[in-house]
This record gives sequence, structure tokens and C-alpha cells, in this order.
Amino acid sequence: MTAGPILSTRGLTRDFGAFRAVDSVTLDFGRGRMTGLIGPNGAGKTTLFNMIAGELPPTAGQVLLDGQDVTGLRPDALFARGLARTFQIPRPFRRMTVLENVMLVPSAQTGETVLGALFRRRSMAAEQRRMRDKAMDILEFMTLDRLADQPAGKVSGGQMKLLELARALMGDPTIILLDEPAAGVNPSLTRILVERIEELNRRGTSFVIIEHDMDFVMRHCDPVIALAEGRVVFQGTGEEARSNPVLLDAYLGSPA
Amino acid sequence: MIGMISYLAFFSTMAAIFAIAVLGLNLHWGYTGLFNGGVVAFFGAGAYGTMILGGRADATVLGGFGLPFLVALAGGVVLAGMLAWIVGLLTVRLRHDYLAISTFGVAIAFESLTRNAEWLTGGARGLRGFPRPFEAAVGNNFVYGLLFLAFVLLVLVLVYIGLERLVRSPFGRALRAIREDETAARSLGKNPTRLRLTSFVIGSMIMGVAGGLYVSFYAFVSPQDLAPILTFQIWAMLIVGGAGNNRGAILGAFLIWAAWTASGFLLARHAPVAMQIYTGSIQYILIGSVIVGMLLWRPQGLLPERLETSAGPDRTRPAGTNTTATTNKGVT
Ligand SMILES: Nc1ncnc2c1ncn2[C@@H]1O[C@H](COP(=O)(O)OP(=O)(O)O)[C@@H](O)[C@H]1O
Ligand SMILES: [Mg+2]
Repeated sequence: MTAGPILSTRGLTRDFGAFRAVDSVTLDFGRGRMTGLIGPNGAGKTTLFNMIAGELPPTAGQVLLDGQDVTGLRPDALFARGLARTFQIPRPFRRMTVLENVMLVPSAQTGETVLGALFRRRSMAAEQRRMRDKAMDILEFMTLDRLADQPAGKVSGGQMKLLELARALMGDPTIILLDEPAAGVNPSLTRILVERIEELNRRGTSFVIIEHDMDFVMRHCDPVIALAEGRVVFQGTGEEARSNPVLLDAYLGSPA
Repeated sequence: MIGMISYLAFFSTMAAIFAIAVLGLNLHWGYTGLFNGGVVAFFGAGAYGTMILGGRADATVLGGFGLPFLVALAGGVVLAGMLAWIVGLLTVRLRHDYLAISTFGVAIAFESLTRNAEWLTGGARGLRGFPRPFEAAVGNNFVYGLLFLAFVLLVLVLVYIGLERLVRSPFGRALRAIREDETAARSLGKNPTRLRLTSFVIGSMIMGVAGGLYVSFYAFVSPQDLAPILTFQIWAMLIVGGAGNNRGAILGAFLIWAAWTASGFLLARHAPVAMQIYTGSIQYILIGSVIVGMLLWRPQGLLPERLETSAGPDRTRPAGTNTTATTNKGVT
């Protein structure tokens, strides 16, 4: 493990036609930190995540993961390198069980090739037992274990958000990008979610969290970065964010 | 009596051959969400491949190599797989309706190829004469029919078992995941392009098996066997039986083939003579109505897809262990 930021962007830019959604964003995300990313709707936060995670090719600029240029790598390759992301609107595999949603994740499973599935059935079964135990541990950690056999399309929206994080954890990521994890989640699930994120962060996982709830961001995130109209308009601590006039103007609107 | 049994054997042989093709389509559509609108091309590749390799020598065409039956069949299957691989590389990024239209086009092109490449396929008159496997040893036509049926059923069972193993493995789980949400699967480390291509090739090879059995049964193949209606019949079988359920696929094949045969029989028997020339068209309408009706009233099919719960038929825990699969260790 090298020192230095775990994730950086260099002049990251994305145009949609003539519209510049993200404009030359250069940022360093600290190792082991919980970085908050705020900004009004349409500021370009999700687009920034999509570029970092390989979902959307940037118009210009670079993404560095652990100091290495990973610009243009596909999402599956980035996930294999330890970068996981969740979606603003949850994307469960609806007609699969919650447990299957999680067990799916580990890559290069013995039974994931045709020949392995047909002919290496013993080692496949042993491996699946280990994976099931790990998946059940993660589901229990996320308080989803009692839903293990439910179809993922039938659980509540909040539980889907927890499932998104559970799936990501199954890949043992070093950094997780969370896109509005608490939006539309009831308070008790939000509390669980926040506790789990903090716990994971204490154990060393880095986070970047897009969140609208300023209280949440001030309390849990350090540093805080604000985007507006595709540009970085603020970087600092939560406290500084609260009292920053530019930010109040750009994000919170004119002070009440 | 013998006539009845012999007819039932004929009926079951055809239904079982279709069931194999439906199983192939189920891997595509039921488990991977690939809309293959050109089933008949891969069925046809298996059929022509088997015929060219195993058929009787014929001075007017290149083929007729008279290879042993199983070798010829394997060759036909490989040909179907190669066609699928090429088509797949070109189209596998396409989804749903686009993939359906391109595969439909491939089927038309394939049919047109068999009609025109006379030096290889005999053109419109087709290829005739296939040394029927084990026929000399049996002699008796009636017994032979039963034996061939047994062989086709054996292949059906083997394909079924192989597919069940595949779809219940991590491979099948990954296929279902890309069927459900490709973006999410990719963000979790899966490679949808490779998975789709693998599924496309394997499903098409299974269709090729069906095609190969079909020509060795009839000892004849012509472009007329590759009409688009066959694709629709196989789709109807899958939709009626239940996409995402291999037993449903087989059930659908037998039911639709029975309905098809019975409707043809009834029309020929009881319809006014003036209508009988339209028998084919009436059957087309019937099969279209069955597809539409099923999609409206029971889109999941007669035997719907079942969830892979840990308490279900469990192949990852040895029998006798706790199947609720809860553990009490924390993550820490
Ligand atoms: N695929 C797309 N095509 C066109 N415009 C897009 C696309 N994705 C995002 N945008 C636009 O880019 C801007 C930033 O969107 P987004 O990154 O989702 O904002 P945020 O997540 O900060 O709310 C918005 O104006 C949005 O309409
Ligand atoms: Mg957003």
C-alpha cells in the first residue's frame, strides 16, 4: 500500500452535447477518509461517479486509483481493483434472492465458467459453501439476513440501499462510492446504514459519499467537497462548509 | 395398434427434438434475456452441417461425406456454434428488439444461402439421403422408430441435465444477473459481453443438436425446413411452458406440438374443402394467438421460473445440514 491519495481525478470533464456536466474536476480523495460530496441537483455529482467508476467515458481528464491511471477501464475491471460503487436509484437483481445478489459478486468463481460448472462440481460446491457463509455474515452485518431468501425486487427501498452496500462489501473493496445512500430511507434504516459505514471506515475502507442531508455530511464527512454546475466550488471541513458564503449561495440558496 | 404406437413414437420424436431447441432458446431468453429471433438459423446450421458431413454421397454437391452419425452430428453442432460466435461478436452488444431484428435477419440470410449455394446445399431441392444410424442392425422399421425415439429422449435428458447444472451454478447466476440488470452486474465485476456471448453460443449449439437430429430423422433437409414459422413455434413453446424453467420448456414443446398436430389433423378432417388450402395460414394464426394470449394472461408461462432459495433443492450444502443458512458470526 502506497501513501498518497487512494483516488484522484485530473481535469475530469464530461460533455453531453454542448452541455458541460462536469468541468475539469481535479480532486484527491484521502486514504481511509470519508469524503462528502455535496451540490445541488444537476451539479454533476453522479456524472463524476460514473466517470470514476468506468461507467461513462470522460470527455477529457484522468482517473488515478492508488496512483495508477485507470482512465477508460471498464467498471468490472475497476471493481476487481477494489473500487466499488452504489447507485442513486438502487439496482437490485430483482428476480434473484437477496442472498444470490450477494453471492454473485466474487469474481473468478470455479463454477462461473461453463467447464467449471459442469465438471468441477466438488470444488465448486465447497467454494459456494464458503461464499454463502461470507455472504450471510455480510447480510447479517447489514441486518438483511432474515431476507436472504426473499426476491430482491420485493424488499423495501431502504433495504435495497442496504443491499447495494452489502453487494459491494462482498468484493472486499478498498474504496466505495456511495450515491445518496440515505435518500428516501426511513430514519431507523438510515441509522443502521450510517453506523455500518462508520464501522467499515474505522476498519480502513475509504468512502466518497454523495449526500443531500447537510447534517449528515457535517457530522460524518471529512473533508467536504462541493460541486456546482460541474465545478468544484469548495473543499474543506464540515464546519468550514457550514459557514462558507460561496457554498451557502451555490448550494443552500440565499440564506433564509 | 402398431400403427398407433408408431404414430405416437413419431409424434414424441418430433416433440423431443423441438424440446431440445426450446431448451436452447430458454438459455438465451429465459436465463440471459437474449432475444433470439433467428432460432431457425442455428437449427438450420446444425441440420445442414450434419447432413453435409453424414449424408450419402451425391455427385451434384460437395457434401455427402458419409461420416459416422455421431461425428456428423458433432460437426453440425460445431457449425451452429461457429455461426453463433460470429453473429454474437457482431450483435451481442445489441439488446432486446435490436438483437431480435438482427438475428431474424441472420435467419433469412441463412435460408437464402441454403437456397442459392447449390454446390453445397442442393439449393431449393435440398439434400436427401442420410444413412440412418443403426438401421442395418435393426432392420424392422417399427422397432427402429422406437429406438430412434429412445436415442432422442436420451439426448434430451442429457441436454436437460447439463443445462440444469449450468443454470444453477455461479455461471447461471451471473447470466440471470445480466438479464436482470447489466449495468449493476458490470459494476460488481461481471463481464456481460463475455457472458452473453458464451450463453449465445451454447444455446445455439443446443439448437444445432436439434437440427442435426431432425435431419437424421427425416433423412432430408431443404430450405423449406428453415421457414420463419419454426422460430415462432419454438418461441410459442417456451412462452407457453415458462421461460426460465427448463421443465416448462419441455412441457411447452410437447403441448404446442400436440396442439399444432391436432389442429392440422382437425382442419384436414373437418374443415370445408375450400378452407383446407388455408390450413397452414390458419395454423399460423393459431400459434400467433397462443403467444399473444399467453403473454396477456399468464406471461410467466405454465411452469414459471422458480427462485433459487437456499432452502430449495440445494446443491451447495450437503444433505442434512441446516438449510436456512444463517450464521451467528459477526463480520468483525
Ligand atoms: N446521459 C446524460 N445525457 C444528457 N445529460 C445528462 C446525462 N446524465 C446527466 N446529464 C445532465 O448532466 C447534469 C448533471 O447530472 P448529474 O451528474 O446526475 O447531477 P447530480 O448527480 O449532481 O444531481 C444534469 O444537468 C443532467 O441533466
Ligand atoms: Mg445524482
